[in-house]
Amino acid sequence: MSTKDSDRDDARAAAIEEALGGIGQRISEAEAASEVCECKQGMFALAATRRQLFGGAGLVAAVGMTGVLPRTGAAKAPPGAVEYPVPADSTKEQGRMMGEDGGYGSRSQFESDVRWANPTRTASFAPLQNGYGVITPSGLHYERHHGGIPTIDPARHRLVLHGLVDRPMKYSLADLKRFPTVSRTYFMECSGTTGSEIMKAREPTVQRTHGLVSTSEWTGVPLSTLLRQTGLKPGAAWVLAEGADAAVMTRSVPIDKCLSDALVVFAQNGEAIRPEQGYPMRLFLPGWEGNISIKWLRRLEVSDKPNYTREETSKYTDLVTKTGKARMFTFTMEAKSVITFPSGDMKLPGAGFYEITGLAWSGRGKIARVEVSTDSGKNWSLAALQDPVLPICQTRFRFPWIWDGTPAVIQSRATDETGYSQPTHQQLIEERGPLESGSLFYHMNAIQSWAIARDGSVKNVHPLG
Amino acid sequence: MCTRSADRPASHQRIWLLATIVLLVVAAQTGIHAQGYPTRFEFGTPATEQDISAVAIAIPADGAGLPAGSGDYMKGKAVYETQCAACHGTDLMGVAGLPNMPAGTQLRLIGGRGTLASKNPVMTVESYWPHATTLFDYIRRAMPFAAPGSLSADETYAVSAYILTEAQIIDKSMVLDAKTLPLIEMPNRNGFVPDPRPEIFK
Repeated sequence: MSTKDSDRDDARAAAIEEALGGIGQRISEAEAASEVCECKQGMFALAATRRQLFGGAGLVAAVGMTGVLPRTGAAKAPPGAVEYPVPADSTKEQGRMMGEDGGYGSRSQFESDVRWANPTRTASFAPLQNGYGVITPSGLHYERHHGGIPTIDPARHRLVLHGLVDRPMKYSLADLKRFPTVSRTYFMECSGTTGSEIMKAREPTVQRTHGLVSTSEWTGVPLSTLLRQTGLKPGAAWVLAEGADAAVMTRSVPIDKCLSDALVVFAQNGEAIRPEQGYPMRLFLPGWEGNISIKWLRRLEVSDKPNYTREETSKYTDLVTKTGKARMFTFTMEAKSVITFPSGDMKLPGAGFYEITGLAWSGRGKIARVEVSTDSGKNWSLAALQDPVLPICQTRFRFPWIWDGTPAVIQSRATDETGYSQPTHQQLIEERGPLESGSLFYHMNAIQSWAIARDGSVKNVHPLG
Repeated sequence: MCTRSADRPASHQRIWLLATIVLLVVAAQTGIHAQGYPTRFEFGTPATEQDISAVAIAIPADGAGLPAGSGDYMKGKAVYETQCAACHGTDLMGVAGLPNMPAGTQLRLIGGRGTLASKNPVMTVESYWPHATTLFDYIRRAMPFAAPGSLSADETYAVSAYILTEAQIIDKSMVLDAKTLPLIEMPNRNGFVPDPRPEIFK
């Protein structure tokens, strides 16, 4: 997109500055309090002043000013890239030899999309606005940690299964890999995604409103296979899953899920899962809120009841302010969609043809249809769905649109195969009650609106004004 | 060589050879199918009591498995001041503006009763947590932030007593141990309901 090209230097500087800057800096309480969600504490609007400040030549300035991480030789390359001199004519000299990358490739030095980490560094958001297809590159998959990213030597890691079982077992990574495996392409979404948007439009970009969702091909062993090895004693009803991180993160999982589509995965997009995704092994519970798919999985304890851990009582419960009661064990991620182009902070160069595109997904199965409106929801038309449409996987949708140059509001609405359609903000607030500290509003899947102004600029807007 | 139409014996030989190969392939496939995937696998190691006790630290809501030891408010106050106050505040109200830490409101431990049915709920141990055992479990596994899992059972009981007393849930004189902790009635014990979704929107 030409709009992206024209902003590239600016965006690149901003991205690197965003990625590196602020580590260890104090943040104001206002910034932190604007985002009190367990999932993404401390979000504040992308600082326009910073962008202007570092625009153009900002790259060097930004790196020089942060001075937090050693960036010596690679100072000019975006994360995940290596900087090489650009020849005047690439056809007039030999290119690099194979193997110069050490045997593991990096992306182009001209590509700079990065995850955006919140100021508290507890979550980072995938750059959905510049994604293609449905697979999230492993290095851009969203992150949410409760005690940082542990470094785990797979040779020393064991998964212990015990509790109400006939034969308690422990498995190494090598043991796990010997079992029959399956590969499935699934989305994963944080229960707090988009919660900040329930009462008003707070975040400027789709990365920051919706970026706690990603899709990967996951490979692992069905948990049912492992539980067949241990056997289950009468009364087995829940399984406590526990991670080997500093939070020793724990959640209780109903046995039915463990015996149906639950996996213990060790690979993501064809290689070992990344450390931030749970290396060497994690639980994966398709269609359920991300935090219950315990990373760095070290223990599974079969029990007759849930444990009521901190992460399923104090956190990750959905307070219904209408009644003062909180919903507990709210596992499923309901149908949701968002337009990723055009989206917040972009600028259309002028009237004319645009292909509106975005992502739709549902924790209950396949996406049945996505409708798009370009007139604030007065009229809706079917978007084309990219094949294959897989269950519990993001589906790319596309919609041809000729913009006449007048202000417009564009929206998408997903319906899954159960017949459930995305609600409006108003419907969600009526159902659960208003919540000013909006990012505590878990499972927020309302229809997203992007407003396009006469000058082509795109802005996040809230339907309730 | 097979272009010699007169060479019938050779042609027959080929047919038989083909038939044999087909039979062998079918037999081999049948064999594979008959063998199938086993349901039990020989790899992995039986987990010993030691393997399990090394990692099985979780305390369920009913307090089963709570360790020996005890602690009270006064001992807990000392633990709190050295291990917890830097983030949670000497007044237990949470410290604002810490680098790379949640907002002060997220670090707040007490207060907030009666706010849950409002659009600005204050969710703390006092106002929101349904089980006192969860407090013990979480502190033992994940706190203090700078040295997770470093508190002894006595210290964990004690600091739990301190927080629960400051939250006006228990009396200052109460000694917490494996017997008394599960008996504590948390104010929001009945504040939770099962997930009613999918929601039906009007």
